[in-house]
Amino acid sequence: MSEPEVTPALAREHGLTAEEYGRILTIMGRTPNRTELGIFSVMWSEHCSYKSSRKWLRTLPTTAPWVIQGPGENAGVIDIGDGDAAVFKIESHNHPSFIEPYQGAATGVGGILRDVFTMGARPIANLNALRFGDPGHPLTRHLVGGVVSGIGGYGNCMGIPTVAGECEFHASYNGNILVNAMTVGIARADRIFYARSSGPGNPIVYVGSKTGRDGIHGATMASAEFDDNSAEKRPTVQVGDPFTEKLLLEACLELMSSDAIVAIQDMGAAGLTSSSVEMAARGGLGTELDLDRVPRRETGMTAYEIMLSESQERMLLVLKPGREDFARAVFEKWELDFAVIGRVTETGNLVLKEGGRVVAEIPVQPLVDQAPLYDRPWVKTPERAALAAADVPAMATREALTRLLGAPDLASKRWIWEQYDHLVMGNTIVRPGGDAAVVRLPGGKGKKGLAVKTDCTPRYCFADPKRGGAQAVAECWRNLVATGSRPMAATDNLNFANPERPEIMGQLVGCIEGIAQACRALDFPIVSGNVSLYNETNGKGIHPTPVIGGVGLLDDVADAVSIAFEDAGEAIVLIGDTTGWLGCSLYLSALFGREDGAPPPVDLAAERCNGEFVRAAIKARHVTACHDVSNGGLLVALAEMALAGRLGASLEGPQGGVPAHGWWFGEDQARYLIATRAPGEVLALAAKAGVPARRIGTTTKAATLTGGGFEPISLAELSDAHEGWLPSYMARP
Amino acid sequence: MHAVKSAIVVFPGTNREHDAVAALRAAGGREPIMVWHRESEIPEVDLIVVPGGFSYGDYLRSGAMAAHSPIVRAIVERAKRGVAVIGICNGFQVLTEAGLLPGALMRNAGLKFVCRDVHLRVENAQTVFTAAYAQGQVIRAPVAHNDGNYFADAATLERLEGEGRVAFRYATPEGELSDGANPNGSARHIAGVFNATKTVLGLMPHPENASDPLHGGTDGLGLFQGLARALV
Repeated sequence: MSEPEVTPALAREHGLTAEEYGRILTIMGRTPNRTELGIFSVMWSEHCSYKSSRKWLRTLPTTAPWVIQGPGENAGVIDIGDGDAAVFKIESHNHPSFIEPYQGAATGVGGILRDVFTMGARPIANLNALRFGDPGHPLTRHLVGGVVSGIGGYGNCMGIPTVAGECEFHASYNGNILVNAMTVGIARADRIFYARSSGPGNPIVYVGSKTGRDGIHGATMASAEFDDNSAEKRPTVQVGDPFTEKLLLEACLELMSSDAIVAIQDMGAAGLTSSSVEMAARGGLGTELDLDRVPRRETGMTAYEIMLSESQERMLLVLKPGREDFARAVFEKWELDFAVIGRVTETGNLVLKEGGRVVAEIPVQPLVDQAPLYDRPWVKTPERAALAAADVPAMATREALTRLLGAPDLASKRWIWEQYDHLVMGNTIVRPGGDAAVVRLPGGKGKKGLAVKTDCTPRYCFADPKRGGAQAVAECWRNLVATGSRPMAATDNLNFANPERPEIMGQLVGCIEGIAQACRALDFPIVSGNVSLYNETNGKGIHPTPVIGGVGLLDDVADAVSIAFEDAGEAIVLIGDTTGWLGCSLYLSALFGREDGAPPPVDLAAERCNGEFVRAAIKARHVTACHDVSNGGLLVALAEMALAGRLGASLEGPQGGVPAHGWWFGEDQARYLIATRAPGEVLALAAKAGVPARRIGTTTKAATLTGGGFEPISLAELSDAHEGWLPSYMARP
Repeated sequence: MHAVKSAIVVFPGTNREHDAVAALRAAGGREPIMVWHRESEIPEVDLIVVPGGFSYGDYLRSGAMAAHSPIVRAIVERAKRGVAVIGICNGFQVLTEAGLLPGALMRNAGLKFVCRDVHLRVENAQTVFTAAYAQGQVIRAPVAHNDGNYFADAATLERLEGEGRVAFRYATPEGELSDGANPNGSARHIAGVFNATKTVLGLMPHPENASDPLHGGTDGLGLFQGLARALV
């Protein structure tokens, strides 16, 4: 079969602009062949090159004394003391999951797991942040079912607990769902593996599954918007095999306990191309691959197909010379393919050979360094006026609470997380369903644990990107604090629509500005992340959704608290100021279908001050339960604590002249609810620390919310609304 | 006094072997010996554990491929000599596929993977596995499986019940049997069964994940402590 001739038109079909194609001609000094063009196209895709976002990503704070590795590697690494390191990253698999929800979501989990164990870490927790379209949209139920079983199917088989996440619904995701998966792993701080090639002559080894034709151009698909024919892209979705990945995990960790590996990178987006090119580029070296030696499961594959395949469960390694047989024995024990397919060179070129003939030759540095970088035009999102409580209709508190707890965004997601094995490894200390989850470090060695959580409030980001970006960071940080952990660092998954539209670019710029500001104020650096653009169908974009995944450290997991009320007769104390901010609230959107007004301000100094107070109070064992107050406001948070603990509460009415709907359902930030047996001490300490705190009620044995100036509400009724929505929605014929 | 010696069998795809190790440690046994599936010999031990996971990816049928591996022939041999064998979750599936235990584990009635705490009623406390419990006691432990729907023909079920070979049933916290308390549709709410000599136990729930106060409960630890006491 002869290769088609490369023309500007073929370059355009590969998603390259005329200017980008011109740049390729300059770098090559000739017309590239089709394989070379394909390699440029994936390396320069938005997905791999971050060409629209790079300029702005550089403004994020990424360092701290405890950061071992920031963005730019397979995952971020932080020092958590005693020689341990936490390795984590979040990544999107949005486009494939819409087209084929089970495999799209499953391979998203597989990909992020590989990013983490590539660095020498054993994964200990999976999370996922999901956003679907309107529940009434005809595709939504099918997508929820497929994505959830895909995530479970992969993570459960791998034996990694899926412990936390979020799931929300909004019409802006009707044509573009978001599936963001995060993995957290543990390694020894002095045994981190990097994807940096070195030592010319060193063997390059391929391990894992064989290469097929699946997923070709996946990275390119993820870099374009959808149209009515997007379902035809199904063949570009990869197929996952978690069993092979489990073997790959064990084999890689076994080999990593030796000294045989120089560099290692997983073959994720853009497969063999990106793994070989990026390892060479980081080491400033060249690579020569003999494609005849690449294990493959189909015959007649061309160089183009081999280089662009996104077949899953594959890794590329650079070994120390002479260690091939040792490494081969490890992979053969685990019944995985192992092939020496090339070597590191000093030429600085990527050279591909087939049948002894050179079929592609590209200088590595320009392929990576001269990737396009765009300063795309952007416009600032117009500011909205704040909404006065008087502009928001009041609804009877009892009815409002019942409806909110059963609203799609707030309804219990038990139907989802019970399909995930969240207990395997035996280290899940705080289970899903509350704020952050807490997992103990494996090995039965110590008491340390990690709190993990993802957060974002897209309707805030849409209304005010900067404030929304800051809020996503603050809420994630707050959720980590609410378990008693010290927030350490974060990973970000920036999901946006088409950046070529200035208003979308303005959302990206605004959100990053807010994220950067909050991360700085909270000493919460971004150590890894992913950008997913073009989440748009027929010109309709998603709400800006910068998901923040955070990791916090607990010195002793026995200190962790959950949201569940523990005992009757305990004081319920509200930390933080309540002004009754209803603009952009869930009260407004879920009950009245309105998304107007400015989102709540984010006072980062108050966040930090209140958070540090809460953490110290938990550490001092004054706190028996803690919950951050966010979506839905105070009464929703309180009801969740009551439902989780099966205890009621007797409440004071609104205070400080705040109207009832603003008091109970406003979404002022920097707030927590705590239960305590020592209210006098807690209030005195708060006063000393300058932290607003007031007692708002007492836990009760009677399973009812009473007082507060509203009609009593039984927990049974709330539980029916809260637990009932998702199962009955999914069961609808 | 000698502490219980145990072997934990590891197949490709097994993923709860370390959970079992932790529970055996907590119960005061000796450090378990891990046995890789390709080995055809099992060391001399008092207890063999076939842990949970997805052996061989569960691609043919849960437990079906593992049941034909050399190590399982060795397990069957040892079980015939009266060595105690416990199969948990995927291990239960392996033991039924290998013919050591009657019945089969089908896809959950709800057709979905289910991970949640369940309550179990101890149906026979007169065995090496259940000696630490009282007859009729209700314990709490999680399940985490796709295929836990226990099935056997009516005659087999009658025989199991008649011979005291039902180990645990899914129940309410008060010990009542109800469909709502049965997470997977198992026949007669059966969560675990014994072989004829009551030296082999298979069960779907994970007592090893309810063996540490930080798990939120330690009801499962009794099983391992009972074994540690009974087998020395």
